[in-house]
Amino acid sequence: MRRALFPLVLALAVAACGKQPADPVPASPAAPPPAATAATVKPAAQDEAAVRPVINHYSDIALAVFSDALATAQALQQAIDRLVAEPTEANLQAARTAWLAARVPYMQSEVFRFGNSVVDDREGQLNAWPLDEGLIDYVAADYQAALGNAGASANIIANTALIVGEKALDLSTITPELLASLNELGGSEANVATGYHAIEFLLWGQDLNGTNAGAGNRPASDYAQGGACTHGHCERRAQYLQAAAALLVKDLQAMVAQWQPAADNYRAQLAKEPVEQGLRKMLFGMGSLSLGELAGERMKVALEANSTEDEHDCFSDNTHHSHFYNGKGIRNVYLGEYRRVDGSVLSGPSLAALVKSRDVAADLLLQQKLATTESALQTLVDSANNGQHFDQLIASGNASGNALVRGAIDALVAQTVAIENAAKALGIQELNPDTADHSF
Amino acid sequence: MNRFCLAIITLCSCCAALADPARPGGAATVSDSGPNAFSLPSANLLPSRKVDFSVGNSFFRNPWVTAPSSTTARDGLGPLFNTNACQNCHIKDGRGHPPAVDDGNAVSMLVRLSIPAQPGQENLLQQDGVIADPVYGGQLQDMAIPGHQPEGKVRIHYRDVPVTLADGTVVTLRKPVVKITDLAYGPMHPQVMLSARVAPPMIGLGLLEAIADQELLAQEDADDKNADGISGRANRVWDNEQQKTVIGRFGWKAGQPTLNQQNAGAFAGDMGLTSRVHRADDCTALQLSCQQSVNGNDAEGYEVSDKILAQVLFYSRNLAVPARRNPGDPAVQRGEKLFADAGCAACHRPSFTTRSDAAEPELASQVVYPYTDLLLHDMGEGLADHRPEFLASGSEWRTPPLWGVGLTQAVNGHTQMLHDGRARNVLEAILWHGGEAEKSMSIVKTMPAADREALVKFVESL
Repeated sequence: MRRALFPLVLALAVAACGKQPADPVPASPAAPPPAATAATVKPAAQDEAAVRPVINHYSDIALAVFSDALATAQALQQAIDRLVAEPTEANLQAARTAWLAARVPYMQSEVFRFGNSVVDDREGQLNAWPLDEGLIDYVAADYQAALGNAGASANIIANTALIVGEKALDLSTITPELLASLNELGGSEANVATGYHAIEFLLWGQDLNGTNAGAGNRPASDYAQGGACTHGHCERRAQYLQAAAALLVKDLQAMVAQWQPAADNYRAQLAKEPVEQGLRKMLFGMGSLSLGELAGERMKVALEANSTEDEHDCFSDNTHHSHFYNGKGIRNVYLGEYRRVDGSVLSGPSLAALVKSRDVAADLLLQQKLATTESALQTLVDSANNGQHFDQLIASGNASGNALVRGAIDALVAQTVAIENAAKALGIQELNPDTADHSF
Repeated sequence: MNRFCLAIITLCSCCAALADPARPGGAATVSDSGPNAFSLPSANLLPSRKVDFSVGNSFFRNPWVTAPSSTTARDGLGPLFNTNACQNCHIKDGRGHPPAVDDGNAVSMLVRLSIPAQPGQENLLQQDGVIADPVYGGQLQDMAIPGHQPEGKVRIHYRDVPVTLADGTVVTLRKPVVKITDLAYGPMHPQVMLSARVAPPMIGLGLLEAIADQELLAQEDADDKNADGISGRANRVWDNEQQKTVIGRFGWKAGQPTLNQQNAGAFAGDMGLTSRVHRADDCTALQLSCQQSVNGNDAEGYEVSDKILAQVLFYSRNLAVPARRNPGDPAVQRGEKLFADAGCAACHRPSFTTRSDAAEPELASQVVYPYTDLLLHDMGEGLADHRPEFLASGSEWRTPPLWGVGLTQAVNGHTQMLHDGRARNVLEAILWHGGEAEKSMSIVKTMPAADREALVKFVESL
C-alpha cells in the first residue's frame, strides 16, 4: 500500500494480528536435523534391554504431558462455563488465566508431534495457526479479508447460514462437530474454527496494537445477555466458545488415550517397533521442533518479515511462553524428566543417560546446548515480563529486540547440531528422514 | 612421479567431487522417494542454513494477499494474477499440469502471449524477448483481485494424434488446442501467438545455475558442423540486473538468465508482485484500472522486498535432487545403453561438474546428472508453439532436465510431461520428439517392445 498517502490506514491495517491466509496448519513436519557429516561410526546394534525402558519412559512422559494438557483444558472449560453464566470482567480474566495455564503443558507436548504422526494428525484441530479470525467473529472495520477465502468474512457467530460455492451450510446450532467440519473451509488452511487459537481469539479479540505494546482487548460484555450484549450475537458467541472448549477437551482425551499403557493404541504400537526406530522418532522429534519449526517457521519467518501475522500466540501476546515451553519439551524428552503441573517431577530412564553411556562428550555437549537454549528463550520471557513482547521484539528497527530473537534462533540451531551428534553416538546416522527414507 | 605431484594428486582426489550417477545432485542429493521427495533441502546444508531454507519455504508456500492488508510482508497481490502462492503451481515443489478439459481455471498452467515484431521494435525485442500483446501483455492472467476483471479464461481440449510403432502398436497422442474465452478487455491482437506452459519442477535449479557458461557454450553446434543432426545453441536473453544480454538457461525456452530473475519474473507475471528485479506488474497501457491499483510496496518501493526475494532465491537454489531408486536394475542399465545408442544423450546430456565458485558453497564442484544440455533445439512442427522468445524460434525448446522425472507420480500424482503437459507418460513424451530429435524418436519407434520398456524404465529410474 502507499504509506505516504494513507499512514493511518496502514497503522490500523498493520495492527490486526492473526488474520492470514493459508499456512499449512501443522507447519510442514519441519526441516529435519542435518545429515551426518562424517559417517565414521558404524550403526551399533541397539541393546534392547538398555533402550526399551528409555522408549517406555518416553511414552510415560507423553502420557503425563497430555494428561496435564487435558486437565488444564478441563479447567479452562470450567472457567469458560463460569464466564458464560456470569460474564464479568473477573470471570473473563479467570478464563484468560486458565487459557494461559493450559498452554504450559500443551506446548511441551509438541515435541511428540514430529515422528509420531498420530499426534501430528490431530494437531491441526487443536493448535492450527495463524487463523483468519473473520471466519469466527466480528473484526475491526479495516479488516482485510484474504483474497479468495470465502471463509475470511464468514463470521460464523453472526450468521446462521453460510454459502460456500454451491453448498449452503446450516450454522444454526453451533456444536463441536460443526466447528470441526468448518476447519479448512473451502480449502483455505487459514480457516481455523477450532482449537487453542480460536478460543484465544474469543477470549482476547484482535490484537490491534501491531508491533506496539498490548494484546487483544475483548470486553466481557461480548458474552452479556440481553441489552448489555456488545457487538451482537452474544448468545451464539457463548455457544461457540463452549463448543470450541468441548472439542478441545475431547481431542485431548483422545491424545491421552493413545499413550495409556496396556491398551490397543499408539503406545502399544511403538512398544512393538524396533528400539532403533523409537530412538530415531525421539531424536527426530527433538531436532525437527528445534530447527525447522521453532527456529524457522515460528521465529525466523516472523523476524524476517517483521510480521505480527507470523506470531504464534498473537491475540494474547503469549508467544514468549509458547516458545519457551516448546524448548522445555525438547529438553524433557532428552532428560527423561517432566515437571508436572502439580509440581511433581516425573523422571526415569533417559536418552541422556543412554547417550552418556556411549559417549560422555556427546551428552555433555547436548546438555550444555539445551541449557543455553533455555536461557536464550528465557530472555524472551524476561523481555515480555518487562513489557516488551515477542511482537515488539520482531519489529523492524528494533535492533536489540531482533538480536534477542536471533540469539534464541542461533541457540536452537546449535542445539540441533548437538542432537544430531548425540544421535550419532547412539549409532543413528543421518537423522534427517530424507536420507533415512523413513516416513514413520 | 615426484613427491610433489603425488601430494597434489592426493589433495585433489580427497577434495574432488564424487561422481555417482545414483546420486544425481552430488553431495546435495537426498534419498526420499515419497510425496515430499522434491521438497527437501540440499543434504549438505548446515543446520543454520536449513533454517534459512525453511524461511524461504514459508514465503514460497504461503499465499500473498491484496494490499492494503495487515499481512504487510505478503501483500500486493495482483491486480491481475494467475495464482496467489508459488506452491499452487509448483505443487509440492513439483510439476504442474494442464487443467481438465473445459475446466474454468488453469492454475498450474498459464498461457504466454505475444505478437510478431515489427521493424523498429528491435530494442524491445532485445530486452523482453517478445512483443507482448498490446492489451493483455505477456501472459494471460485468469484471476484478479476484487474490483478488477480477470483477463479471460483458458479452455483446453485435445485432438487425437495416433502414432503407429514398427511392431504395429498404436499409441494415441493428444494435441492440445488452447482457446481463450471471456476476454474482459476487448479483443486480442489479430496475430496473437499463444503458448501454454505448465509449471516445471523446482529441484536442482541451483545446480543448473552453477554450471559454467563456457560449459554450455562449448556444446553449441548451431550449424551442425559435426553433422550429427543436432544443432544446439544457447539462448541469449536480457539480464535485468546487469542490463545486458547474457546466456539464457531457465524456462521452457531458456528465456531467463538467472534463478533470481526467473523468480522475480514469476512473482510479477504470475502473482502481480513487483520487486527490484521486476519493477512492474503485468498491466498494459490499455489496462488503466490495473495501472492505477493500490500496491503493497515496502519502504524500498517494491511488493516483494529484497530480503524476501533473497530468501526465496536461497530456497529455490537448494531444493534437492532425489537419489535414483534402482540404477542397478539390469533392465534399467539396458535402458541406459539404449538411451545412449538412440542418441538421446546428445541433448539430454547426462553429466556436468558445477563451478567451484558457485553462488552457494553446497552446490560447488559437484558432479551432477541432470540429463540436459540446457541448449535450444528444433523439436519439429508437432511440438512447435510458433511463438519465438529471444533467439528461440517457434519450434525450438530448451532440453528439459530429466532428473526426478520418475518421481512425478509419487509427488504430483500424475505423469504428464512436456511444456504444456500433453504427454501422459514417458513414451508419449518421446513420441512427440521431432526436428533434431526425429532420428532418435524413430529409433524408439522401431524398437522391440522389451527395449522400449527398458528405455522407459531407465528414464523413470532418474
